[in-house]
Amino acid sequence: MKIMGYRRPNGKIGIRNHIVVLPTSVCASETATRISNLVEGTVALTHQHGCCQVGADHQQTVRTLIGLGNNPNVGAVLVVGLGCEGVEPTFIAEEIGKTGKPVEMITIQGCGGTLKTIEKGTRILKNMAQKILNMPREEVDISEITLGIECGGTDTTSGIAANPAAGTASDMLLNYGGTAMLSETTELIGAEHILAKRAVNDKVAQKLLDIVKKTEERAMSLGVDIRGSQPTPGNIEGGVTTIEEKSLGCIYKAGSAPIQGVLKYGEPPEDKGFYVMDTPGQDIESITGMLAGGAQVIIFTTGRGTPTGAPIAPVIKITGNSNTFKNMIDNIDINAGKVIDQGVSIKQVGKEIFNEIVSVCNGKLTKAEILKHREFGIYKIAPTF
Amino acid sequence: MKFKAVIANFKDNVATAISNIKKGETVSVKIDKELLEITSNENIPFGHKLSLTDIPKGEDVIKYGEVIGRATRNIRKGDYVHIHNVESKRGRGDLVR
Repeated sequence: MKIMGYRRPNGKIGIRNHIVVLPTSVCASETATRISNLVEGTVALTHQHGCCQVGADHQQTVRTLIGLGNNPNVGAVLVVGLGCEGVEPTFIAEEIGKTGKPVEMITIQGCGGTLKTIEKGTRILKNMAQKILNMPREEVDISEITLGIECGGTDTTSGIAANPAAGTASDMLLNYGGTAMLSETTELIGAEHILAKRAVNDKVAQKLLDIVKKTEERAMSLGVDIRGSQPTPGNIEGGVTTIEEKSLGCIYKAGSAPIQGVLKYGEPPEDKGFYVMDTPGQDIESITGMLAGGAQVIIFTTGRGTPTGAPIAPVIKITGNSNTFKNMIDNIDINAGKVIDQGVSIKQVGKEIFNEIVSVCNGKLTKAEILKHREFGIYKIAPTF
Repeated sequence: MKFKAVIANFKDNVATAISNIKKGETVSVKIDKELLEITSNENIPFGHKLSLTDIPKGEDVIKYGEVIGRATRNIRKGDYVHIHNVESKRGRGDLVR
């Protein structure tokens, strides 16, 4: 199946054409935002990290920032550093530059302060915009698409309607040769033994069980009942009683494909097919991880309703709850609640979701995009020093 | 026929209400090809769970054909099943030591 996308110099396909201003630390985030505000078609990925981070936590931030710059929805990148942070701006720019896309780097200390950085950065962005924003779409194969599958604000309709339909859509993309990712390790607790059976080999199965065990141990080490955080108060009000029930409903959105591998947070898959990424259950950090792993489009199931979008990819919102669809019509794109109240089949709603993915890949804007929802957050795994 | 409660798997001992169910109301739940009639002992809100059998304290509560937790008190057939009578078996840091 063919779609219309943007071909990047490394052959990867974007379905959006964003120019990203990428601060390498919290110290450069405000300046990055100001530069981005001056130029059309650009977005600043501001964050709180990039300095005084140690070990795996530092590496994860580095991997995530590079992955976000590499995402094929990004046509060009301006890296903005302070100049003395732990995440080196030069290194980030060089790594993203390997994709062949236009990448430039400036630092606030190098330019001589905020105003000079804004002037220099704005001129760079303006030149990038002239080149990138006028790029035409071209015909490409849908197998180039990596789908991120997310759920948030779950209620019990998610497990009955929205998630199985999302899983059907994911299976359809995989049948066309594409790639899909499931994330949110916390929401595999109690369902990991089922998913592990779908791993392509014992090594992958063990890796999957290990990430879930580590997450559960992390929760246990805090000495509290995970309930109240997972499931959340809203999940409970929606009828979800335990994390096991939430997880068992969650994994329906993973469809039925074999699991090729388990990815670190922000790590891109090496091949096509279905993958699990080790992310927290918090939606924004989970989506950010999948974007860093190369996902160009996100489907997001919700029972209670949520406005979440993403700065560099469309997020398609699906609910299994018809009341929520009516209540949050400004935010939700697809109503899978008709499985429950109109007897429409899961398969039919799955096809509707897949068709929407295709339309959105071709340029149709999602409600989250129209309302400029650009939630963004990088997952941290150790305290700052 | 429109069902007011559904199960996800034939092994389940709870059903999910897909309409509000009133106390004393008898609803049919389709299990495989058979219909099970359950009279609800309490009001069950949309999306919440109803017990299909007696579940003694400490026994597993099954949904999606899998364990979703254990009963913290004796649950009778037709009872409302939620956090007041079921607890998670996972992520229980509060039970360590």
